[in-house]
Amino acid sequence: MLRYTLKRLAAGAAMLIALSMLVFILLRLAPGDPVDAYIDPMVKMSAADMARLRAELGLDKPLPVQYLIWLRDVLHGDFGRSLQRTGEPVLALIGSRIGPTLLLMLSGFGIAIIFGLIAGVVSAVKRGSVRDGTLLAVAAVGVSSPAFLTALIGLYLFSVVLHWAPSGGMLTPAMPFSLHDLLSHLILPALILAFYQSALVTRYMRSSMLEVLTQDYIRTARAKGVRENRIVSHHAVRNALLPVVTLIGSTLGLAVGGAIFIESVFNWPGMGLLLVNAVELRDYPVIMGSTLVIGAWVIVMNIATDLVYAVIDPRVKVS
Amino acid sequence: MLHMTDMTEARPAPQTASGPSAEPTLRVRGLTTVFRIGRREMPAIENVDLEIAPGETLALVGESGSGKSITSLSVLRLLPGAISRIGGGEVSFRDREGRVRDLVSAGGEEMRRLRGNHIGTVFQEPMSCLNPVHRIGDQIAEPLILHLGLSRRAAFERVVELLAAMGIPDPARRARQYPHELSGGMSQRATIAMALACDPVLLIADEPTTALDVTTQAQILRLLQDLQKTHGMAMLFVTHNFGVVAEIAHRVAVMYAGHVVEQGRVADVFRHPRHPYTRGLMTCVPQPGDALALRRAGQALPTIQGSVPSITDRPPGCPFAPRCALAVDACRAAVPAMEDTGDGHLSRCIRWSEM
Ligand SMILES: Nc1ncnc2c1ncn2[C@@H]1O[C@H](COP(=O)(O)OP(=O)(O)OP(=O)(O)O)[C@@H](O)[C@H]1O
Ligand SMILES: [Mg+2]
Repeated sequence: MLRYTLKRLAAGAAMLIALSMLVFILLRLAPGDPVDAYIDPMVKMSAADMARLRAELGLDKPLPVQYLIWLRDVLHGDFGRSLQRTGEPVLALIGSRIGPTLLLMLSGFGIAIIFGLIAGVVSAVKRGSVRDGTLLAVAAVGVSSPAFLTALIGLYLFSVVLHWAPSGGMLTPAMPFSLHDLLSHLILPALILAFYQSALVTRYMRSSMLEVLTQDYIRTARAKGVRENRIVSHHAVRNALLPVVTLIGSTLGLAVGGAIFIESVFNWPGMGLLLVNAVELRDYPVIMGSTLVIGAWVIVMNIATDLVYAVIDPRVKVS
Repeated sequence: MLHMTDMTEARPAPQTASGPSAEPTLRVRGLTTVFRIGRREMPAIENVDLEIAPGETLALVGESGSGKSITSLSVLRLLPGAISRIGGGEVSFRDREGRVRDLVSAGGEEMRRLRGNHIGTVFQEPMSCLNPVHRIGDQIAEPLILHLGLSRRAAFERVVELLAAMGIPDPARRARQYPHELSGGMSQRATIAMALACDPVLLIADEPTTALDVTTQAQILRLLQDLQKTHGMAMLFVTHNFGVVAEIAHRVAVMYAGHVVEQGRVADVFRHPRHPYTRGLMTCVPQPGDALALRRAGQALPTIQGSVPSITDRPPGCPFAPRCALAVDACRAAVPAMEDTGDGHLSRCIRWSEM
């Protein structure tokens, strides 16, 4: 198990390097000059000044060399500094943003997984009932609504019209920290993030449960005189979870995209907002650093999924 | 090894403490189970009569789709509830305490308490009948804890004894393994241990050896026979293989298109089939001089001209009439009644005396 995890982590590191190369190249292919970010458009600069600035920033070297320099610095824990006036270290920026993102994502997914699994099981066990029909209808809406739509509708309805929740940010500015304040800011973006996810998990769990409930070992359990409740909880759910865990794992990784979007709609001070702002300002070091962190998140989630899978399925021997 | 006829003669009648006049463990009368197909309800089995005494094995044979599994699932009340129901008849079951109950009218909770406790069940595919995510031992222990109230520790000790009695070497280690670590034969022994854990008075075995190779099949059959002798339970043994019938059963009921068409002692039915369908099936049963009947185990039933009518287009009269060389107009008029051809050998053919 440990060796397997280490192997996967090594493969993940290789993937991260590939990812950073890709982002590096794409950034340089994009129109615009990185040096522009440094210069005040009001001040006229001579060509010589420009060249000196370039040399100072290492931009005069060939691309591969630039990349290797960046990589070497990263390996030494130096992610560079933001190109903004403040010139904060990228690592410090990321450090201050990662907490809010984890808070938002984990509460969103927590809600989605708990709700989705329960709804999926209920829906499958009560197949064909009104409850099943209602859950299915809600799930259909959930999976087919694009995130921007639910985010905007949610924002408009609950904060603009109903005033149930603040319209953005994580804490009310100039107010002492309070848990209540944090939660009231968190609830709306977390629910919106959870909406799509829980619809997806509900559907998967339902169909997985329906499949499992027709299996021979379920009939065998009935032939042993096992109560229906226990058949569901002890014999069916764990088997039904197997395919769903894979799904949850991969969406947990991929849904970073949704989280980035929701962060920018709700002005949530997380990695997503950091990345979006950095892209707007062409803040290359910040873009590189945050992509790396987000990529690492996706990879770690995938490895975690495999490990959880191995724990619940005795047939999987990780090696 | 003896050839088949000798085997059927050599097997002693079931020995029970209360003698041959003992109340049957299972008595099925006029059992009809219908399936909803489209907007209509079609009988999958019709008017099925069966009786099994303590210590006796009744084999239920017939081609695929003849209704063998539906009969056993009806007795167990494990039919797919949404699409099927018992349309009529009685199933009297004498439990371990000698109480006779009607399983057709029994409540869900009453049935649940009987299943796995008074009635054991073994199904066809041992591998798919075991839950892949639970240890073998835990699965066998479940009915012990559930019905007999054993502690986990006591149940585990009992599981190891059971596995040992099933001829499984190193039972304590096996009990801790997961189903995928066991071979097919080993798995079937485990499911038999599961079915017998609470010492049931009735064992329903639906093709328990069909999925296994010939050698394993012979071992499992022998095991079931031995267990039946020591436990004295009644056994309903579903199979489509006459070789297996010869090996294991005292009496046999032949099913065709949802009807029991012939029933009697194995020796009588084998020697003098009183229904054209049974006779047709007989033609490929191993003859004296053949190798062990079980060598044939893997083979399908012989083909009789035509095929079994599906549940939706069964003819009005005798269901076998369209394929029967002896059929006359009267056969097509109404389903023939079950007639006693002598000594408890029953046939649902109006022309049985001409055979
Ligand atoms: N779920 C179902 N829906 C509709 N009809 C069914 C269903 N299950 C069984 N039947 C019908 O009931 C009849 C009897 O089926 P059953 O499973 O008892 O056959 P069998 O004798 O056990 O055959 P096999 O040897 O293949 O196991 C079949 O003709 C089949 O069409
Ligand atoms: Mg069957």
